[in-house]
Amino acid sequence: MTDLEIVIAQWPMFLSGLWMTTQLLVLGAIGAFFVGLLCLYLLNRRSPALERMTLLYIDALRMLPFLMFVYLLYYGLPSAGIQMTAVTASILALTFYHGAYFAEIMRGAWAQLPGGQTESARACGFHGFNLIRRIILPQLLARSGPMLGNQLIYILKDTSFLVIITVQELTWAASAVQSQYFIPFEPFVIAIVLYWLLTLLIELGINRMDAVAKEKGLGRS
Amino acid sequence: MQISDLSLFIGGAWTTVWISGLAIAAGVLLGLVLAMLRIGRVPVVSQLVAIYVSVGRATPIVTLVLFLFVVLPSYGIRVDREFAAILALMLNTAAFNAEIWRSVYVAFPLSQIEAARAAGMTRPQYFRRIMLPQLWYAALPGLVNEVTFLVKASPAIAVIGIVDLTRVSARIAASTWQPMPPLLVASLIYMVLIYGLLRAQRAMERRAERFAS
Repeated sequence: MTDLEIVIAQWPMFLSGLWMTTQLLVLGAIGAFFVGLLCLYLLNRRSPALERMTLLYIDALRMLPFLMFVYLLYYGLPSAGIQMTAVTASILALTFYHGAYFAEIMRGAWAQLPGGQTESARACGFHGFNLIRRIILPQLLARSGPMLGNQLIYILKDTSFLVIITVQELTWAASAVQSQYFIPFEPFVIAIVLYWLLTLLIELGINRMDAVAKEKGLGRS
Repeated sequence: MQISDLSLFIGGAWTTVWISGLAIAAGVLLGLVLAMLRIGRVPVVSQLVAIYVSVGRATPIVTLVLFLFVVLPSYGIRVDREFAAILALMLNTAAFNAEIWRSVYVAFPLSQIEAARAAGMTRPQYFRRIMLPQLWYAALPGLVNEVTFLVKASPAIAVIGIVDLTRVSARIAASTWQPMPPLLVASLIYMVLIYGLLRAQRAMERRAERFAS
């Protein structure tokens, strides 16, 4: 058997790793999206204190390397009496870390909307979450598609860090196969190909979203 | 860890700063050019850019640095370490920046373009005078997001032997047998560097708000 055949014979391991990575990506992305929305809501309460605290949260997490945040959650919180499994810690870390980035992306896109729109929506009685959900959010999604795609790809790449806190995802599968059979190269090539396939799926989804947005007359080209 | 190690940290931080700085500046510009090529819908070129953005975003920086540094010389192209590092970071960040520029371009209000045309401006004129300044401020949050990722990913360049901030802290950790203090100092320096960038972003945004009102 060639090296590649040996590695491919381990496909159940790669598959389970891929499945774990996909779950982390999807749950982390959904969580981060809602954290982003929550930040958006807090930023628009027109309360300077809330606004400053939300911006502080966004900037603090943008400064922190992802791995350090994971360490803090997984190894730091138990000393405060909060225990969780590696997978829970991973999903929470992805949620809160990338939530800050989502918030910044959507905040920036909102600033690009014509200012009169928010005012007229308020005049029509839209406030708080309703204003965001009915008027603002559809336009933000339609307009910041490529940027959201960037961020989803970063979430995907960040899931590979989670091997360090013993999550059995795709990179873990590759390195496990690698260390079991002493084949240094092929397992990682397979992992990279699988990561790229997930990236292509993300791009496909974003392109669909852009196409729908264009159909509805939001966004151009 | 001793006080005398401080100069090592400063040296490493400086390496990180100038290499990332050049990569960021070049990457933001290259990203704009790529986005314009893609939006311009020039046949073939537009598709090539789309493929570049897809592959570029999916490739880890470590892989790209190694590839450039190891593979290019075997085709007779000589590259020195720093150049390979800057090139790799730039090629990576440009793929992300292209999407950011495209995003804000697509969202640019049509009414303004129509107004500029009605005022008799040509396409290059209104692009430079009307669109670009506004696109710049609109892209700022996305670009700074990307810059924070680039700075955090820059330790990858140590793989070809560049002594950046992370490598300095790893060396000190190896010689003192105490990994935590140097790593904490390095993290702190990274956070201070990124904090500076975030402050600059907020300051520029406030300036943009002054223009808008």
